[in-house]
Amino acid sequence: MDELSDAAGVPMSAITNAPQSGTAERAERLARAWRLWITAGPGLFWIVLFLVLPSMILLAIGFFSIGNYGNPHLPLTLTPIREVAGYSILGWSPANITTILRSLLQAVSAAGLTILLAYPVVFFIIAQPPALRPLLLLFVILPSWTNQVVRTYAWMELLGPGSALSHLAQTLGLLPPHLGLMPGLLAMQIGLTYNYLPYMVVPLYAAAEKLDWSLVEAGRDLYASGARLFWSAVFPQTLPGLLSGIILVAIPAFGDYVVPTLLGGGKSMMIGALIAAQFLQTPNWPYGAALTIFMLIFTCAGLLVFRVMSKRLGSSEGSML
Amino acid sequence: MSGRLPGSLNAFIAEPVPATITGNRAQHLPMSAPVAAAPNGSIRGAIALEGISRVFGGGVIAVDQINLTIQPGEFFTLLGPSGCGKTTLLRMIAGFETPDAGRILISGREMQNVPAHLRAVNTVFQSYALFPHLSVAENIEFGLRMRRIARPERKLRVDRIMALLQIDAFARRNPAQLSGGQRQRVALARALVNEPDVVLLDEPLSALDAKLRAELQVELMRMQKRLGMTFVFVTHDQHEALVMSDRIAVMERGRLLQVGPVLDVYEQPRSVFVAEFLGQSNIWKFATHAGNVAQTPIGNLVVGAPIGTQRTAMIRPEKIWLYPEAEAPGDRPNLFPGTVREAIYQGASTHYHVELADGAMILALDTNNQAAERSWGPGEKLVLELKPGNIMLIDG
Repeated sequence: MDELSDAAGVPMSAITNAPQSGTAERAERLARAWRLWITAGPGLFWIVLFLVLPSMILLAIGFFSIGNYGNPHLPLTLTPIREVAGYSILGWSPANITTILRSLLQAVSAAGLTILLAYPVVFFIIAQPPALRPLLLLFVILPSWTNQVVRTYAWMELLGPGSALSHLAQTLGLLPPHLGLMPGLLAMQIGLTYNYLPYMVVPLYAAAEKLDWSLVEAGRDLYASGARLFWSAVFPQTLPGLLSGIILVAIPAFGDYVVPTLLGGGKSMMIGALIAAQFLQTPNWPYGAALTIFMLIFTCAGLLVFRVMSKRLGSSEGSML
Repeated sequence: MSGRLPGSLNAFIAEPVPATITGNRAQHLPMSAPVAAAPNGSIRGAIALEGISRVFGGGVIAVDQINLTIQPGEFFTLLGPSGCGKTTLLRMIAGFETPDAGRILISGREMQNVPAHLRAVNTVFQSYALFPHLSVAENIEFGLRMRRIARPERKLRVDRIMALLQIDAFARRNPAQLSGGQRQRVALARALVNEPDVVLLDEPLSALDAKLRAELQVELMRMQKRLGMTFVFVTHDQHEALVMSDRIAVMERGRLLQVGPVLDVYEQPRSVFVAEFLGQSNIWKFATHAGNVAQTPIGNLVVGAPIGTQRTAMIRPEKIWLYPEAEAPGDRPNLFPGTVREAIYQGASTHYHVELADGAMILALDTNNQAAERSWGPGEKLVLELKPGNIMLIDG
């Protein structure tokens, strides 16, 4: 028996120590939790108050019926969701799908046009002495510091029925007399491209500025020249900037409200304008909310695709070539 | 002239590789063809620089009227301190820079105005410059693909070179996943796979640690001998230059100071700069002499050869003999008793900073090939012998 208790003596003392270290650990854990809340708390509060909560409210409104003034009203219903899909009392209509597809097309082609415009601009800036580059970049960014409505109004003047550009188009027979280049899809495309160009130029510039020129030399050394040199040694290096640029341009362009409203005219409805109409013109909050949620999901899905793409890019085995 | 050297890549790789270069590029890229005498009677892999100059903006003369001939199959090293123009010279051979004057002949063809992508020359860059978005195999394949060589042959050649350089195990990996030494091998493979006339290497080992560097020096040298390609190697590391090169050119301020086999340049430097840049040396100027006795600051120095117009005497530290005071041979010239001021033990050898009777300092090196007792600590006395045959005379 003595031997046994002796043998047990060592672990016993260890056990008696255990609660003490336990309290220390608990205090440490508490302090850590405290630090976490102190540092992350304000940000979290901000996100909950201004992102999570409004989104939840929006989501909820999407399931209400319409009241007399277009306001959300009980009982809960799936009607707004069905409306987004194109179903109404009159049956199914492709109008919403057309609007979404049109918005998507406009966004994608705006992104494409800004890419085509941004590459020459960026490489022109890169070719200048380093001291001059920030100034040139500033010239690209400067217009975006003025109000988008003002800039779009300027395009209304430039493209309107009485404008020189419209006259030119009329004389060339591209446009019937007395019509303007605005309103219409072309005007909308010009407006979007113009508005979002800086958002393509800036990330592309950031990527191009830290271009590893030794890779370009390696390409030349290995018999590449001209377009093949660009595609194999320059373009892959600008891809991260290009992907950010596409996200920065396509997503806001997809939901843009000002440009389609001012330059698009009634025949070329875009989703941003459609949503705005549900709150401003013929109020229907639940439908507007449901449309917004749809747009959010759509955008998030797009972002996810891009994220996967850029991740694959990071560990690619040359899929880009 | 001899044709292709026996150790070339084609000889190493059993089957002959068909020439598949199409179009007018073939004029500039006669790489796959069995080598013939080039137009001017010069042969493949030879480089001739004739009066090459390059002046940068602001009037900085980077390369100043250089004339140089590099033999086919030679391991040639451009050695010099940073800013001496060696990299600029290499870049002109590669085609990244255009000389302001002079001619560059590669394999007998005038190349100074031919763009880089049309030259049968490949470069191993200091930073490796591997394409980060391509795998190891794709990086190596790049040059062949740009030359529109058919896929099966591309694969064959890439596989062979990877096996040769023992990098086939990570063919599918990206450069970012490789160590410095592995990247260096990939960069080398990417150049060699094209079987260029000339391989240019711009300090390719400078980013590696000492041990790996020493290994790769030997491996690079063996590879070059085996493939028989002309290697032009740029370095500021004199040890590296000594280990690897057939011939070296020492450059300073855009000019070639001395060109020759490693042994000649080390043993018989023609200028103080070369003597000091390549290894360590004791150098004394002298104004007067009598026969073959130079009257130097450390005293009369008997030299091995009659003195002409030279006014500088030089001896390498390892060519100085060291004796304990009691064992000094009394009957020979150039014996200098001195006191050790500093002894720097370096494992295989020890450097001694010895102060002579009149206060002059001499650097002497003793190989530690004997028992530890034959060494000297600070303050201890010894006798140095500067054998006349070991003293070199330098102009100026």
